[in-house]
Amino acid sequence: MNRIVGCVSLATIAACSAPPQERAHDRLSPDEIVSGSVFLTAETRALQADDFANPGFLWVDRGEALFSEAPQTGPACVSCHADGLAGVAATYPAYDSDTDTVLNIEGRINQCRAKHQGASSLDYESDELLSLTAYIANQSRGAPVSVDTSGSARAVYEEGARYFRTRRGQFNLSCQQCHTENWGKRLRGDTLSQGHGNGFPAYRLEWQSMGSLHRRLRDCDMGVRAEPLPYGDPLYIAVELYLAARADGLEVESPAVRR
Amino acid sequence: MASIRLAVPETARVDEIVEVKALIRHPMESGHRRGSRGEVIPRDIITRFECRYAGALVFAGDFHPGIAANPLITFHVRATRSGDLEFTWTDQHGESWSESATLTVT
Repeated sequence: MNRIVGCVSLATIAACSAPPQERAHDRLSPDEIVSGSVFLTAETRALQADDFANPGFLWVDRGEALFSEAPQTGPACVSCHADGLAGVAATYPAYDSDTDTVLNIEGRINQCRAKHQGASSLDYESDELLSLTAYIANQSRGAPVSVDTSGSARAVYEEGARYFRTRRGQFNLSCQQCHTENWGKRLRGDTLSQGHGNGFPAYRLEWQSMGSLHRRLRDCDMGVRAEPLPYGDPLYIAVELYLAARADGLEVESPAVRR
Repeated sequence: MASIRLAVPETARVDEIVEVKALIRHPMESGHRRGSRGEVIPRDIITRFECRYAGALVFAGDFHPGIAANPLITFHVRATRSGDLEFTWTDQHGESWSESATLTVT
């Protein structure tokens, strides 16, 4: 008994002098997880909810056309995926045994293009890739985010978690400090969201365009004046996996409208 | 290829006022912004929108650089007779895009 008391008081002293330990609310508790749409104005929420006026659907429409359009070198996506891909995007990023890596939707599309269509990779933020990801993600709209972080994906998940918690940039801020510890508070003109990726690819008013989650992550890194990683960087895919696990159970909203 | 989305009811009663929506994909680059190297991004905007109902002009607008990208236009039309609603957007270079929808009046 005495020994336990001794440990506790030691730990208390240590907490005062040493860098703070990983906090108890390292991940959001399931009942406090809310989508980024909660922090929007009523007008922006209404725009997202209107399937006609939501500008993201311009990309969804284009993606639907591309999905059934065969490239010159191989069959169209629809020839394999005739029943669509409902619910699939909610399980991504996911481990792929062929490449022994974790792939996000963008990576999966490019892998499919190389393997089954004999086609070249599509660039991040190209109209084609954004349209296809928007179309595929939209088929999971309403499905709860649920990614597998066990087995081979575990190390990648840990890597993403580490990135999320590491202070970076001239402002020396981690993702964690804003989006887990201080969400809901004001940061200059904005309310801090919880930093979930459930709406992406999303139409951002600031971009006046559709953009991938990696574009959003690059913006966040630039926001704390850190060097952003290149599009499709494995470390960003790891962050994407961590974010998805952290948003477990939240509904996919793509194409969401965000500030 | 411009992407256009139209929302026009298929049918309406005579003299009914119907809501019409038209969305087009366009950057609407204002010409006031600068790129990462400080160069001016040239202006590229739609300057004119028109809607013709059974051949007659029922709604038109001149667009200026303050209009956001991918402009959405919502307006109301009185259903008088069956016919096509034809929507046309014309940009500053004279290039134009059109799409039409048929409204049946009963």
